[in-house]
Amino acid sequence: MRITVTVNGQPYERDVEPRLLLTHFLRDELDLTGTHWGCDTSNCGVCTVQLDGVPVKSCTVLAVMADGHEVTTVEGLEKDGELDAVQKGFVECHGLQCGFCTPGMLLTARWLLDNKPDPDEGEIREAISGQLCRCTGYENIVRSIRWAAEAEAKS
Amino acid sequence: MSFGRMHRKEDARFIRGRGTYVDDVKLPGMLHGAILRSPYAHARIVSIDTSAAEAHPKVKAVVTGATLAGLNLAWMPTLSNDVQAVLATDKVRFQGQEVAFVVAEDRYAARDALELIEVEYEPLDAVIDARTALDAGAPVIRDDLEGKADNHIFDWQAGDRARTDELFERAEVTVAQDMLYPRVHPAPLETCGALADFDKVTGKLTVWCPTQAPHAHRTLYAMVAGLPEHKIRVISPDIGGGFGNKVGIYPGYVCAIVGSIVTGRPVKWMEDRSENLMSTSFARDYHMHGEIAADRDGRIKAIRVKVLADHGAFNGTAQPTKFPAGFFHVFTGSYDLEAAHCEVTGVYTNKAPGGVAYACSFRITEAVYLVERLMDVLAAELGVDPAELRMRNLLKPDQFPYTSPTGWEYDSGDYPKTLRLALDMAGYDELRAEQAAKRARGELMGIGISFFTEAVGAGPRKHMDILGLGMADGAELRVHPTGKAVLRVSCQSQGQGHETTFAQIVGNELGIPADDVEVVHGDTDQTPFGLGTYGSRSTPVSGAATAVVARKVRDRAKLVAAAMLEASPDDLEWQDGKWSVVGDPSTAKSLAEIALAAHSNLELPEGVEGHLDAVTVYNPPNLTYPFGAYICVVDVDPGTGQVKVRRFVAVDDCGVRINPMIVEGQVHGGLADGVGMALMQVMAFDEDGNHLGASFMDYLLPTSMECPSWELGETVSPSPFHPIGAKGVGESATVGSPAAVVNAVVDALAPYGIRHADMPLTPANVWRTIDGRPFRTDLAIS
Ligand code: FES
Ligand code: FES
Repeated sequence: MRITVTVNGQPYERDVEPRLLLTHFLRDELDLTGTHWGCDTSNCGVCTVQLDGVPVKSCTVLAVMADGHEVTTVEGLEKDGELDAVQKGFVECHGLQCGFCTPGMLLTARWLLDNKPDPDEGEIREAISGQLCRCTGYENIVRSIRWAAEAEAKS
Repeated sequence: MSFGRMHRKEDARFIRGRGTYVDDVKLPGMLHGAILRSPYAHARIVSIDTSAAEAHPKVKAVVTGATLAGLNLAWMPTLSNDVQAVLATDKVRFQGQEVAFVVAEDRYAARDALELIEVEYEPLDAVIDARTALDAGAPVIRDDLEGKADNHIFDWQAGDRARTDELFERAEVTVAQDMLYPRVHPAPLETCGALADFDKVTGKLTVWCPTQAPHAHRTLYAMVAGLPEHKIRVISPDIGGGFGNKVGIYPGYVCAIVGSIVTGRPVKWMEDRSENLMSTSFARDYHMHGEIAADRDGRIKAIRVKVLADHGAFNGTAQPTKFPAGFFHVFTGSYDLEAAHCEVTGVYTNKAPGGVAYACSFRITEAVYLVERLMDVLAAELGVDPAELRMRNLLKPDQFPYTSPTGWEYDSGDYPKTLRLALDMAGYDELRAEQAAKRARGELMGIGISFFTEAVGAGPRKHMDILGLGMADGAELRVHPTGKAVLRVSCQSQGQGHETTFAQIVGNELGIPADDVEVVHGDTDQTPFGLGTYGSRSTPVSGAATAVVARKVRDRAKLVAAAMLEASPDDLEWQDGKWSVVGDPSTAKSLAEIALAAHSNLELPEGVEGHLDAVTVYNPPNLTYPFGAYICVVDVDPGTGQVKVRRFVAVDDCGVRINPMIVEGQVHGGLADGVGMALMQVMAFDEDGNHLGASFMDYLLPTSMECPSWELGETVSPSPFHPIGAKGVGESATVGSPAAVVNAVVDALAPYGIRHADMPLTPANVWRTIDGRPFRTDLAIS
């Protein structure tokens, strides 16, 4: 099937199998390998991207379902050479170790702050609760997102 | 100058999605592999028909055990001197075992073709419960081994049996407890996989693979495939978490190599999650019977342990050769006692091979869990507070270096101080008062303590090798003419931040910023030999090698500086990161100045060939012994059995901290592991050997909701056996925390007269335990 998906502001037209997962479309067709894959059952969330501004697990979306829609991946967070506040927060607060869950966490964090600029710890924990991290014990991810919220409040 | 909190250098790529994990690597003409796996735990293979798969238009090759047997590759050595089937030829021995390998143009087509392979099996009775493995008449799993008529792998013991038995006979009080440390899986979020590229013209094989031990892999590939070792290059790119899951060589890696040799094109094979959980290195699966002998004031005299170890269908544990039970015999823990003895029996079962993985420091997780559970059982028996019981028995600072009853030489520590700090941070007395008030109201609150001592940094090559390869690590340091440095090390980070901390070690030794040091790792063509990153050995071994090689550079720099200053080297001192004439700071020469001189036409002194570069191999004189005191507070819902971890206080002593931020991150991750193992993670099987935890729907991992906000503290006891006094910390929290959580839950259940419950303490298990019908009533092995 022929589809057109806008990814990080740029439209891509491709011919794809109907069964192709969005995560494989991004990784294999567009070489956007920042979006990862980690499970067969929609549990881990390392594949999280934003579809029309809302976090989705891209292993659970078919590429054809994204036809005519806008996708944001981790590669789209940095704008004009300026890192997004959530990216800065993760560096600042050691919110990542192996980095495998990080892109998905960043996109959920961005969505959270867009909709709730001043989330408390409980709200942050709930927002990322559909995504696993095996390295950080979540503590520093929570702090990183708080850091970003505070940084954005100041600017 | 370079120790301390510093942002990680590696973050710049990861936060931009620019990391390079194995599945991100693409080569021109690359094909994709997929593995057909056994649906049975134990079955004879009658026939395999691959014709329909071969006829698939996108399929390039189908490989079976028979193909491999023709190449003498059907079996490969394991890390424990056993063999493991690459692709099954005679029988399948666990559910999920590798049976056939398909190479196709894309990953979807490879999977489609698996459906087209017809395998006829003759199912056999399976051995699932390790306690039945040695029964007369049990099905023999390893009939491939000549003369093998049972499922026995090894018997092993440590300590002084006679003295221990004597102390037990005379003891005023003894307690005993059966416990199972269930089978768990490290489940890093990136699964395992490999991309193999064999160049027929040059004969060079390049394997991209997320391995924690790239050099060991290279040597093993040379042994398995008979390829010359200098023609093998293993590249371990960024790794999406390892935790011991990525130490060994899996059949899929060998299949990818064979696929590339057969097709003449690069072949990538990536596991899916079920494959990862069903077939790659699990951890634990120790059935333990522990006993403590003590006097009536709670002074421990002796500990005695029997273990039945389930090693699965092939003995593939990764640990130093001399120690088939890993470092389990460090089970006397942090306590001063007179004698101890353990005996361990390893058996085959129809389950996946492995056993030493998941941040266990070679089975110290099991050891700490055992002794810390026993301490609580003894405390309950004596009616003594568990904190007080530990205080009475902890080793005292003046006993270090301390030789334990099972032969370990502990390096340093002030254990009572560390426990006291944890108790203060937790507000222990207030917590006990709160608990008493809650109990009076029928509410269940529990406080659990765990005090652990680890033994990491394997290890002295005299005692420690894996497959004959001594566990020493190399390091190379190059200093460019402008004073910037490149460090090459053999270990491989899976998130531990070596690119940052190792640069800090060099910076600290040479007086240059860590940012001026590039760390190269994970590529066997670029780095010196070493055994890799597991068992918390990077900082204790490769980190030590790094400090030593940097000191060699510094010593050489001293000779050059002396020549520059026309002074005697004996008159020079190292001050503020520079060499200067004693008492004359105006003569100070920085590393950059000296490096340039070493490359110039300056007449070089005796002992300097030119340049400042140095290499070393570090053979650790001893292990290092990180330790810590953990306190967990839980609330248990008596109606549902739901456990809520309310607080977790962790005081770690890992010696000198190179980068405290990274140390804390390591501890956080391990604490989450402890909560996960104690409360939810288990790889269960039904009686036919069907895997009941083969996806993240069934194998539950802790999320942000189950984890509390961790409260960390520190004490610092530098290790005298390490050049910078560091001890390593990667696995401390995974080793120490499960016991704290379980002790807390059991403490919460004390009003019901409960003294023990096995992990995982899921709501159902807790509820059944309260109800007097604990989930595993049949655990006793004594
Ligand atoms: S890959 Fe695990 S949720 Fe998408
Ligand atoms: S940083 Fe490794 S999984 Fe989150």
